[in-house]
Amino acid sequence: MLTDFGRVFLFFIIAAIFVAAGLIVARLLRPHRWYPGKLTTYECGEEPVGTPWVQYNIRFYVVALIFLIFDVEIVFLFPWAVVYQNLGMFAFVEMVIFLVILLVGYAYVWRKGDLEWDRPEPEIPFIQILKRFIS
Amino acid sequence: MSIDTIVFFTLAISSIISAILVITRRSPIMSVVYLVLNFLILAVIYLTLQAQFIAVIQVIVYAGAIMVLFLFVVMLLNLGKEEALTEKITYKKRVAVGLVVVMLVQIIVGIMMSDSKFTRHIAPNAEQIGTVEGIGKMLFTQYLFPFEVTSVLLLAAIIGAVVLAKKRIDG
Repeated sequence: MLTDFGRVFLFFIIAAIFVAAGLIVARLLRPHRWYPGKLTTYECGEEPVGTPWVQYNIRFYVVALIFLIFDVEIVFLFPWAVVYQNLGMFAFVEMVIFLVILLVGYAYVWRKGDLEWDRPEPEIPFIQILKRFIS
Repeated sequence: MSIDTIVFFTLAISSIISAILVITRRSPIMSVVYLVLNFLILAVIYLTLQAQFIAVIQVIVYAGAIMVLFLFVVMLLNLGKEEALTEKITYKKRVAVGLVVVMLVQIIVGIMMSDSKFTRHIAPNAEQIGTVEGIGKMLFTQYLFPFEVTSVLLLAAIIGAVVLAKKRIDG
């Protein structure tokens, strides 16, 4: 007897076998001729330069944090959507209050400009500036 | 040994192993990957406790969103050479380890001493409580006020995030 999540687990096992089998078969079939150039990280055909440790823009972090908070908000919407039929108007009003309070936060983030992406100004080459000046 | 016990111990041991791997890896990215694994195993443990909704949320919020956040922090810190991250064992750390061991012993003794009736049994109607529907019914009737207060908590978190980010950019 399998429970519903037992079936999910079966899918996990099948997925794992699928991936492992693919890798093993590929290993058996492919020719083993490697050289240093082949072992470098693939960067769309370019030679990799520097480390992958690039200092990310802090914007990514802020957006991820705000996303996380609204993600939790959505989590509360799931049980609400399931019981909505039974509770009716009462549940609707509850959720409206909940969402309005969070919309205040959304408005705050928007107003403070944290949803905007600060793009660096593009640097126009000097020659083009000269051309513009002449024409 | 029943199948439940076997499942529990398999999960418990693998979660502990993944937790140990989190703190022993040199590369922070590998630590994050093992933390994801740990969260997933915890989700399965929730499932065995009949908390389906929490299990799914654990995967979506923790293994998904929070791990992305962790990765951003790791990338933001720009740690560079991982080998340079060797730590010194200071006096403070020794005290901390000692305290942790004391607490562990306390927990073990506490579990040994406690009545197994309370620790082993899941509520008989747990299967209904743990579902999305069960949680929804409880949340929007009995626990209505805590639910609404949660929105204020989330609001505080939003404002906190904005204020923190502003400080970092300006200063």
